[in-house]
Amino acid sequence: MATRYSFGGDDHIFAEVDEAMSLEAFFTSLSVTKAVKESQISAVTEVCPANASYQIKFDPDKIKPKDMLAELKRIESEAASAEAVISTRAVEIPVYYDDPWTRETLMRFRERHQDPNSTDLEYAARINNFDSIDSFIKAHSESPWFVTMVGFVAGLPFMYQMVERQRQIEVPKYLRPRTDTPKLTVGYGGCFACIYSVRGAGGYQMFGITPMPIYDPQQSISYLKDFMVFFNPGDIVKFKPIDRNSYDEGVEAVEAGTFEPVIRELVFSLDEFQSGIDEYNKNIGEMLHGN
Amino acid sequence: MGIRVISPGLATSVQDLGRPGYYHLGIPISGGMDRYALRCANLLVGNAENAAVLEAVFLGPEIEFTRNATVSVTGANLPPKVDGDIREGWTSFDVKKGQVLSFEYLQAGARAYIAISGGIDVPVVLGSRSLYGLGALGGFNGRTLQAGDEIGIGEKSGNSLAARSIPAALRRMPGSPAELRVISGIYWHRITEEAKANFFEDTWGVASEADRIGYRFQKGRPLSFIDRKQPFGAGSDPSNIVDSCYPYGSIQVPGGTEPIVLHRDAVSGGGYCMIGTVISADMDYIGQLQPNMDVNFAEVDLDTALAVRHERNSGLQQVREIN
Repeated sequence: MATRYSFGGDDHIFAEVDEAMSLEAFFTSLSVTKAVKESQISAVTEVCPANASYQIKFDPDKIKPKDMLAELKRIESEAASAEAVISTRAVEIPVYYDDPWTRETLMRFRERHQDPNSTDLEYAARINNFDSIDSFIKAHSESPWFVTMVGFVAGLPFMYQMVERQRQIEVPKYLRPRTDTPKLTVGYGGCFACIYSVRGAGGYQMFGITPMPIYDPQQSISYLKDFMVFFNPGDIVKFKPIDRNSYDEGVEAVEAGTFEPVIRELVFSLDEFQSGIDEYNKNIGEMLHGN
Repeated sequence: MGIRVISPGLATSVQDLGRPGYYHLGIPISGGMDRYALRCANLLVGNAENAAVLEAVFLGPEIEFTRNATVSVTGANLPPKVDGDIREGWTSFDVKKGQVLSFEYLQAGARAYIAISGGIDVPVVLGSRSLYGLGALGGFNGRTLQAGDEIGIGEKSGNSLAARSIPAALRRMPGSPAELRVISGIYWHRITEEAKANFFEDTWGVASEADRIGYRFQKGRPLSFIDRKQPFGAGSDPSNIVDSCYPYGSIQVPGGTEPIVLHRDAVSGGGYCMIGTVISADMDYIGQLQPNMDVNFAEVDLDTALAVRHERNSGLQQVREIN
């Protein structure tokens, strides 16, 4: 993995850590962007980590693009020697899989799908060699995920599952994007899960829905009062399958202002994780919901 | 209070110089698409350059003033009228309490900036009053204007500043065909040599999908990608990459057919490779392009881009000295 740099016009630098997705590439992106933020270069106006790349925006009236690139390379070489350890948090996201709303939506757009005769869940389970939807949901919800990028639209997390590459779920996007996706749909495209922060167009397969809002520009939801976007790159997410009753209770609690996301602080070490993935993930699960 | 919207125009929004610092969370900078015109409009009425104004696209609004104010309209040639009498663009004029500001049909350009002395007074959200429509954030109630909206105007500073004008040479508008200068890069190496040549050789037309998020172009020859085994996580189409950030002004070509240039309300990232980026000094021009207009992309190097930016800054400095 050698980072490839490119100028985006005269006011961005785009850095591709790797062409392929991996947790290692994401960690490099996260640690370099963290170091760039800490360096507090006043000409830098945006610092954006992404899945296997990152981007910064700067004011070329304040720093010459070539000097900015030299500075970035210096920061990257320092950050590369740092241990892959971050202080972060694990969050439990309740998911009502195979819910009536995403099901109604996916039926409306069946002609845009690879397999018009099955649901998105049935299709994803089959092409990833699961024997049933239940075993697919188990794999989806049993191991946690890293939020490897927040964006596309406000507050939308892209998530990469914390398992070896051979266990990664992969599904294509819809053949043609839908014009509608319910708000808070839990989706999937390529090797990434996402949660649609707002209702709108989308091309990811739809597996379920969460009652827990993750973006609130009004900042009226209790846990979004301090900041309107819930997720940050580097957050760890664990999905918890819930049924219709729990979903309805969740929605009511959000409306009543009593919903409290389950969040635990932790220090994540990439080396520790890689030396025993299942054990590490089990611990994260126990921290969150004691099972 | 300051103004009441009688008819809203097509998609009139409150914009200032935008909301930097949140792109990593998917919240784009927003702000006027033609930042130069926005700054000029504010300078003409004695506002700070980053005061909030109204950005009208294609069709002007009709607005009743409930207070005396000085007004200027810059950017697109969308001639303003006060109680039906024509006023000059790029020139400040007074509007009295009870008078109505309306507009003739669009004659050139796409977006007009309507500055009112004191500035549009909507709440500051994350450091800006600009509307980010996709996120229902900022602006007036998180949306474009509607008939009946009553919008506040900030405290007016001092006396009338009417009859100040920006000389014709400093009224920036794209030529015809418009030229957008581009620094190739990012995933430029993914398209064939033939496609690289065609991209700059062909004349492109602005498609109907042209808004604050981005401008789509058509008419040029499709671009071919170099064959490869797609990297893990990148998706199956040759124009796909592992989802990454998108620079403002970056040019993506989904499926190799229609280039899209992202603008101030950009989607912050996604899975289409970018073949280059429009230089910062030419971003304002995109905001003045109408559908069906012809556009040529011209390749420039970094030094040229910086020289053009410097030239543009000098022009703005001249405007500051006049006003």
